[in-house]
Amino acid sequence: MSNVKEKGMKTLFLAAACTSVLAVALICVFLFANGIPAIGKIGPLSFLSGDTWRPSNDLYGIFPMILGSIYVTAGAIIIGVPIAVLTSVFMAKYCPKKIYRLLKSAIELMAGVPSIVYGFFGLVVIVPMIRDFSRGLAELTGKKELLSNGSSMLTASILLGIMILPTVIGVTESAIRSIPDSYYEGSLALGATHERTIFCVILPAAKSGILAGVVLGIGRAIGETMAVIMVAGNQARLPAGLFKGVRTMTANIVIEMGYATDLHREALIATGVVLFVFILIINLCLSALNRRSVNGN
Amino acid sequence: MEIKYIAGNQEIENQHVKNGIIRNQNGKNPRTKHREVNSQEARNKIIIFQKLCNYGMHPVSAAAALLVLLAACLTFFILIFLIAYILVKGIPYLTPELFSWNYTSENASLLPSLVNTLSMTILALLIAAPVSIFSAIYLVEYARKESKFVHLIRITAETLSGIPSIVYGLFGLLFFVTTLGWGYSLLAGAFTLVIMILPLIMRTTEEALKSVPDSYREASFGLGAGKLRTIFKIVLPSAVSGILAGVILAIGRVVGETAALIYTAGTVAEIPNGLMGSGRTLAIHMYALSSEGLHVNQAYATAVILLAMVLAINWISGMIARRITKG
Repeated sequence: MSNVKEKGMKTLFLAAACTSVLAVALICVFLFANGIPAIGKIGPLSFLSGDTWRPSNDLYGIFPMILGSIYVTAGAIIIGVPIAVLTSVFMAKYCPKKIYRLLKSAIELMAGVPSIVYGFFGLVVIVPMIRDFSRGLAELTGKKELLSNGSSMLTASILLGIMILPTVIGVTESAIRSIPDSYYEGSLALGATHERTIFCVILPAAKSGILAGVVLGIGRAIGETMAVIMVAGNQARLPAGLFKGVRTMTANIVIEMGYATDLHREALIATGVVLFVFILIINLCLSALNRRSVNGN
Repeated sequence: MEIKYIAGNQEIENQHVKNGIIRNQNGKNPRTKHREVNSQEARNKIIIFQKLCNYGMHPVSAAAALLVLLAACLTFFILIFLIAYILVKGIPYLTPELFSWNYTSENASLLPSLVNTLSMTILALLIAAPVSIFSAIYLVEYARKESKFVHLIRITAETLSGIPSIVYGLFGLLFFVTTLGWGYSLLAGAFTLVIMILPLIMRTTEEALKSVPDSYREASFGLGAGKLRTIFKIVLPSAVSGILAGVILAIGRVVGETAALIYTAGTVAEIPNGLMGSGRTLAIHMYALSSEGLHVNQAYATAVILLAMVLAINWISGMIARRITKG
C-alpha cells in the first residue's frame, strides 16, 4: 500500500516538474501558430522592414517599432548601466556595513515597485521635466524641431534606465564579490590606489558577470510595457529624434490589441512573436555568458 | 570602518585599530591595553587625514571615488524621491469614497479592484505554489543530478523567467481566453500569472530544499521513515521559511502585474460574481485612471495603496530572510 503511495507521489512530483516544460512548449506553439501565418500573409520582408504601420490601409510594417524598442533599450542601457555599475562598486567595495544593509533593502524595494507605479512617476515627474528642458533647449539654440511635449524617446530611456538599476546592480555586485581577495591585495601591494585597483583590476576580472547583468537589463528593458506606454508618446512612425515620441513593440501590442480584428490582430500577435524571438536570443546570450563565467572561475 | 582600505601595511594597522575599538566598546579589555588602544585611536585620525592626502596625490582616484559615491547617492535618492513624491501627493486623496463598495465614474473607487487583486493573488498562489513546490521536490529529492531531464527543466524555467509579461498576456489571450473559451475572467488571469510565478517559487524552493543538510534525511531514513514521509515531515518543515520567501516574492509580482492581465482578466471595475467573471486588479485600475487622465488624484491614491502593499511585502520577506540567516 505504502509502496503504491510512494510511486503515485513520485509520479505526481514528476508531472509537476513537467509543467514548466509544458508551459514553454505551449507558449511557443500558440504564439508561433498564430503569428507565423500572418507574417506569411503580409510577407516577411514587408512585415519586418516595412516602415509604415497603418492597419486601416492593410499596411503592417513593424520596422518603426523594432527600431523604437532598440533605441529605447539602448538609451536605457547608456543611462542605467554606468550608474548601476558604480553603485554596485560602492556597495561591494566602499560601503560601511550599516549603510550597506540600508542600501541593499532599498535596491530590493526598487526591484519590487510595480512598473505601473514607475510609469505613473515618469508621467507626472519626468515628462514635464523633459518638456521644460526641450523648450529651454529650443529657445537657446533657436531650433524649432527640438520642441517636445515631453513624451519622448529620451523620457522612456531615462525611466527604463531607472527601472533596470536593481537588476543590473544585483548581478554586478555578486560578480564583483566573486573576484578573489588576492587580486585586490596583489594590486594594492604593487602600489595601486584603492580606486585604481577596482577600475583596472577588479572590474576587468568581473567582466563577464557584469556583461551578464547588462544583458539581463536589456531583457528587462525591451520587454517592459506599461511604463513605456505612459511616457513614450507611442506614435507609430520611424523614430525622428531624441525629443520625439516612439512606439515600442510591446506598446504596439497593448495599445491596439483591444480593438484589433482579423489580420490586424494576427499582425499584433506576430509582433509578439518577433519580441519573443528577441527575448530568446537574449536568453541564449545570457546562458552562454553564465556558462563562460562559471568555466572561467 | 571607512578607513579599511588603504595601502598594505596601513591596512593591517587599521585591523588592530578596529579590534581595539571593538574591544574597547565591549569594555572587556584589560586596563593595560587601554593606553595602547588610545594611541592607536590617535593614529587612526592621522590615517583619515593621510587618506585625504593620498587622494590629493592621486586626483584621478579621488575623482573616481567621488563618482562612485555620487552614483550610489543618486540611486538611493531616486528611490526616496519616488516614494516620497507618491506618498506626499497621494495620501491627502485617500478619502472614504475611494473605498466605497461600488465603482462609479465619479468616485473612482478602488475597493473592487483591491478585492480582485486579493482574490487573484490567492487563486494564483493556490495553483502555483503546490505545482512549483512539487517540481522543486522532484528536482532536488528524486531526479539524478545533471541528467538531461533536469537540464531541460532548468533551461525552460530560465526561459520562463526571462519572458516579458506582455508575451504572457498574449499567450493567456490566445490559450485561456480564446482556445479554452474562458473569456476575460479571473480564472484566465490567474492561470496566466501561475505560469509567470512558477519559475520564481520553484527556484527559491529548490535553494531552500538544497540547504537542508543530508544528515536530516539520513537520520529520518535510519529511523525507518519512507522517502515520502521524510520529505513531508522532515525536509519541507525545515525548508519552510525559504519557501515562504519565494511565495512572498511571487505575491509582489502578482500585485504589481499589469500587462499580463489586461487582456486576460479584463478591465471591468467591479467585483465579478464568480471565477469566470472579468475584473480589474489594482495595477490595471491605476493604469486605467492615469491613462484616462480624469482622476489623476485618485491615481496618486491608488499608487499609495500599491506602494504600501509592496513595502509590506518587502518588509515581511526581509523579516523571513533574517530569520533564515539567524536559524
